[in-house]
Amino acid sequence: MEMARTMTETKAVGASSTEAPKFKIKMSGRGVNVHYGAKHALKTVDIDIRENQVTAFIGPSGCGKSTFLRCLNRMNDTIDACKVSGDLKLDKQDIYDKSIDVVQLRARVGMVFQKANPFPKSIYENIVYGPKIHGLATGKQELDEIVEKSLRGAGLWNEVKDRLLDSGTGLSGGQQQRLCIARAIAVSPEVILMDEPCSALDPIATAHVEELIDELKSKYTIVIVTHNMQQAARVSQRTAFFHLGVLVEEDDTANIFTNPRDERTQGYITGRYG
Amino acid sequence: MPNDHIVKSFDEELKRLSNLLARMGGLVEAQIATSIQAVAQRDGDLATSVITADSRVDELERDIDDQVLRVMALRQPVATDLRFALGALRIAADLERAADYAKNVAKRAIALNQVAPLRPVHAIPRMGAMVREMLKDVLDAFAARDVAKAVAVWNRDEELDEMYGSLFRELLTYMMEDPRNITGSTHLLFIAKNIERIGDHTTNIAETIHFLVTGVPLRAERPKGDGGNFAVVGASKPAE
Repeated sequence: MEMARTMTETKAVGASSTEAPKFKIKMSGRGVNVHYGAKHALKTVDIDIRENQVTAFIGPSGCGKSTFLRCLNRMNDTIDACKVSGDLKLDKQDIYDKSIDVVQLRARVGMVFQKANPFPKSIYENIVYGPKIHGLATGKQELDEIVEKSLRGAGLWNEVKDRLLDSGTGLSGGQQQRLCIARAIAVSPEVILMDEPCSALDPIATAHVEELIDELKSKYTIVIVTHNMQQAARVSQRTAFFHLGVLVEEDDTANIFTNPRDERTQGYITGRYG
Repeated sequence: MPNDHIVKSFDEELKRLSNLLARMGGLVEAQIATSIQAVAQRDGDLATSVITADSRVDELERDIDDQVLRVMALRQPVATDLRFALGALRIAADLERAADYAKNVAKRAIALNQVAPLRPVHAIPRMGAMVREMLKDVLDAFAARDVAKAVAVWNRDEELDEMYGSLFRELLTYMMEDPRNITGSTHLLFIAKNIERIGDHTTNIAETIHFLVTGVPLRAERPKGDGGNFAVVGASKPAE
């Protein structure tokens, strides 16, 4: 019987050992519920977002992943029928607390959208708009520095440095999306939320943005919503799977894509109906 | 998998892979059975037929490799599908090795026909029957994704090792008895070793099935019988 006992002592590939975790929790949600009128869009979500890591939210349309992303910088505040309850924290501070200045919060937790949406202004103006309204720079020299640093950070500097006064809308789709990322990082955020940032881009432009995401994670905490599961697999360290408003499973990305624990995750990522 | 893929052609490709593996498994089972029969019945023609048919096994392995490569490149499988594709690759490699051992048994059957029959040859069909049953069970376990059955095969290999160990010791005494037995005994020993190695590949397949189904490797140390690895001739026992 000794034999039968040792035989079953198997261990999961990614099972953690006793060593202390090497990450900090940047944002966390506990018991987060969201209602749009009568519709219960998110059901009691508990999650930790790790600092300097990329967390990907995946799931079918209408599963609540974008809704949850928008809770993280209170973008849902603008929707009247939307009611958010539960605890959402940034560095252990409740972001739905009355004392929180939402504009300041959104400077700390920036956002990049599905469709590149540069202002109909010059590339330069697109970048300095945020730092100006947040009073992050005083003179032209400081603004110039922010523009160069942000464009370099977004991997766009070499492509646009000679035409900073051209309109941002004249850039290619991929360049526009990187301009939006440069605009997001110009205000020195701590967290960058990305809502399907590559869904309107071709594979090469997508690869540039993915490479950028990989570089950005050393400075920022990144949360990305994507419909492209291969993209989630490529860019993220953690993956959360949402289904019908429920956070089904959240784990190391490698575990999710090799051996997910939940049947629903398995069904979704392998392309079967759950 | 309880559900089919939304894209039906993906299911068809995976099914094609399963069918190729089933065919290869059946062919390797037959190769082993025939090679053992060739030894037991001193039948050179049977032995030759095994040697000739080995290229068909190799061909099936290449077909499986091609099919796995295709699925990986075109479908980017994940989770169970990925583990299945990897598993198919490994199982095909183990089956191919097992068939090589059967071919080697057949070659030695031809050599054995040149010398007088040896009594210990009776152990070969017993070992052969055992390894064939193990292979059949492990292939059934694969088809049914039956981890318990695969693990049972994995545990049974110990018995095969022990059969090999006792045959090894028996042959040693034969060779000491009469040096004219050495040629035949050596061939028999290699035949037994080949069968024992087929058993090892069977346990590899069992491990692959465990990983394929559960997503975790079978890590425990496999129980091993005395395979004669430590057997020596004329060693004096220390005084008690």
